[in-house]
Amino acid sequence: MPRKTIQPSNKIEYLSILDVDGNVDAALDPKLDPAELHTVFRGMLLARRLDERLLRLQRQGRIGTFGPGMGQEAASLGPAVAMKKNDWFVPSFREGAAMLWRGWPIEKIILWWGGNEFGAATPEGQNDLPICVPVSSQCLHATGIAWGCKYKKDPSVTVCFVGDGGTSEGDFHEALNFACSHTLPAVFVIQNNHWAISLPREMQSKSATLAQKCIAYGCDGIQVDGNDILAMIVASRDALAKARSGGGPTLIEAVTYRLAMHTTADDPKKYRTEEEVACWLPRDPLIRFEKYMRAKHGLDDAGMKQLEEEVAAEIQAAVARAEAYQSDPMDSFHHTFAEMPASLAAQSREFEEYMAELKADAAAAAQPAAERQMAES
Amino acid sequence: MAKLTMVQALNLALREALTDDPDVIVFGQDVGKDEGVFRVTEGLYRDFGAERVVDMPVAESCIAGCAVGLAVRGLRPVAEMQFSGFGYHAFHQIENHISRFRTRTRSRFSMPIVIRMPFAAGIRAIEHHSESREAIYAHLPGLKMVIPSGPRNARALLRSAILDPDPIIFYEPKSVYRAFKEEVPDEPEEMPIGKAHVARVGKDLTLISYGAMMRPTLEAAEQLADEHQIEAEVVDLLTISPMDTETICGSVQKTGRAVIVHEAPRNCGPAAEVAARLAENSIEYLEAPIKRVTGYDVIMPFFANEKYFIPDARRVVKAAKEVLDF
Repeated sequence: MPRKTIQPSNKIEYLSILDVDGNVDAALDPKLDPAELHTVFRGMLLARRLDERLLRLQRQGRIGTFGPGMGQEAASLGPAVAMKKNDWFVPSFREGAAMLWRGWPIEKIILWWGGNEFGAATPEGQNDLPICVPVSSQCLHATGIAWGCKYKKDPSVTVCFVGDGGTSEGDFHEALNFACSHTLPAVFVIQNNHWAISLPREMQSKSATLAQKCIAYGCDGIQVDGNDILAMIVASRDALAKARSGGGPTLIEAVTYRLAMHTTADDPKKYRTEEEVACWLPRDPLIRFEKYMRAKHGLDDAGMKQLEEEVAAEIQAAVARAEAYQSDPMDSFHHTFAEMPASLAAQSREFEEYMAELKADAAAAAQPAAERQMAES
Repeated sequence: MAKLTMVQALNLALREALTDDPDVIVFGQDVGKDEGVFRVTEGLYRDFGAERVVDMPVAESCIAGCAVGLAVRGLRPVAEMQFSGFGYHAFHQIENHISRFRTRTRSRFSMPIVIRMPFAAGIRAIEHHSESREAIYAHLPGLKMVIPSGPRNARALLRSAILDPDPIIFYEPKSVYRAFKEEVPDEPEEMPIGKAHVARVGKDLTLISYGAMMRPTLEAAEQLADEHQIEAEVVDLLTISPMDTETICGSVQKTGRAVIVHEAPRNCGPAAEVAARLAENSIEYLEAPIKRVTGYDVIMPFFANEKYFIPDARRVVKAAKEVLDF
């Protein structure tokens, strides 16, 4: 009847491949195809520039509250790059980089933040859930999808994103607990950006790492430099392969940093120091990736300039499409149930009349102006 | 035709669904080897196996949240909450996701989910096992709320609920589970969701109820006929949401008087919705104020006193006479 230390049987690792100066660890270099690396770099640049544009659109009142993913693009993009098309992508709300990589039209992302459900309507053929707002609740959807895939003997793996704040939610626990008990084909990626709005990482959990939470669930975990695109791709690729071959879930903790605000509704200066932010700026995943691409893969000023122009044009065209989008308020009635019940149909007629009255009022109000214009011309 | 209890009838509906559609899976706490705490899933684990009849951890949010994922992946999840009193752990998944996924994704993803929950009092259970909170679910847009009252309609409604493309909270009145047997056809039977049923035809007043309260309501109707020569029409709502305005108003337009009976607390309960619909659509036909015979706005007492808090035929008869004497 001894008293002794129990050694957990599962593995927790740490992985970093690309340092802050863009130097690659030769032994760990995944030696990705240079053409693919260029595409990934372009994807990261697009995500960053879109965030910057969305922030400006928010300030101009052209979209609503916006939560930028700046600084977390590698942590978001790496798993997406490692996924196959038929794998299932279950985002939180700061995975713009991964959504773009998965094929979400830019205008849908703009429209989501602009208050339109069209931005949450996953395009046909894409195995993606839309942005999920209630923190961590998406983890259980990922577990359910992975369960469904296993039931249907579908080799797809489900990849779920959650923040460090989300690890405190019960749904995170319930999702990991069930996914591991049933050895489901799932990968959980914690975007540890160090801040859950104003609550710092050290107040979120006493765990030395968030990756080590895997021990309790009985799966492997890995803490990754989340600002290192190569490490994120490698860790995700390994986790996906393991899940696909029946090895069950992996918990990936991407150590990253939210360079901007939680959303445009808060001011981070109230709760964190500028020194802390300054300390993370040089670790920016985009700067690091650019250094690496310049040093190893022939990216130069001309190439950068061309990329910037392409990305800017793509965003500009998408903003135009988003702003030209006409939503139909009646859709809320049409998409409540497959078939509208009688009582709802009565309400929809009431709403239709109301909308018609508004339209008539607007037309009446516009009438004198139009007449004035005619007189002036 | 076989005479079945509600438990057996529900079991039959689950068995039929599992047989008909390989995408149906049944899951919940102790629904497998233990066959459910009320034995609703008796024999299903044995006959359909551990992949289709799945024991879940004690994690209601997990049950509801997984149902979302399963539905997204093309399955038809039939989940059980062991008791409605523990279903609140799942409430945020029900409100934030199950009821919204179709609207949010503009029908790219739908939620053909049934969540069965035994509810209401009358079996002398401990705290948290006796409440009637159908109004909470009936209030949520995007969700349907169904409550059977007997073996035959339980079997037919559960089948229809599982076939329905949208999410349904299926509240099972557990005091009816083994209370009586009813002839249930051998062939699968469906009943439309959203349609009330006229359980007894009458001309003098309309009694509107559902679930376990159908029995004291029908008992009251018999007493009114036998002792007072009053012919009450009895409407069984069956679906609380979306509510069948047409049947309710049709009956009250004929009788001119209405008493609504439910076990749930009165404040903002389903009776308030019934009364509002009558007021909006049939007020000119009303010859007396509408009466509600319901649970009181108190926490359901522990079982030593619960019987005083469940509406009975005496209260229904009294209300009916008041309405008629107005």
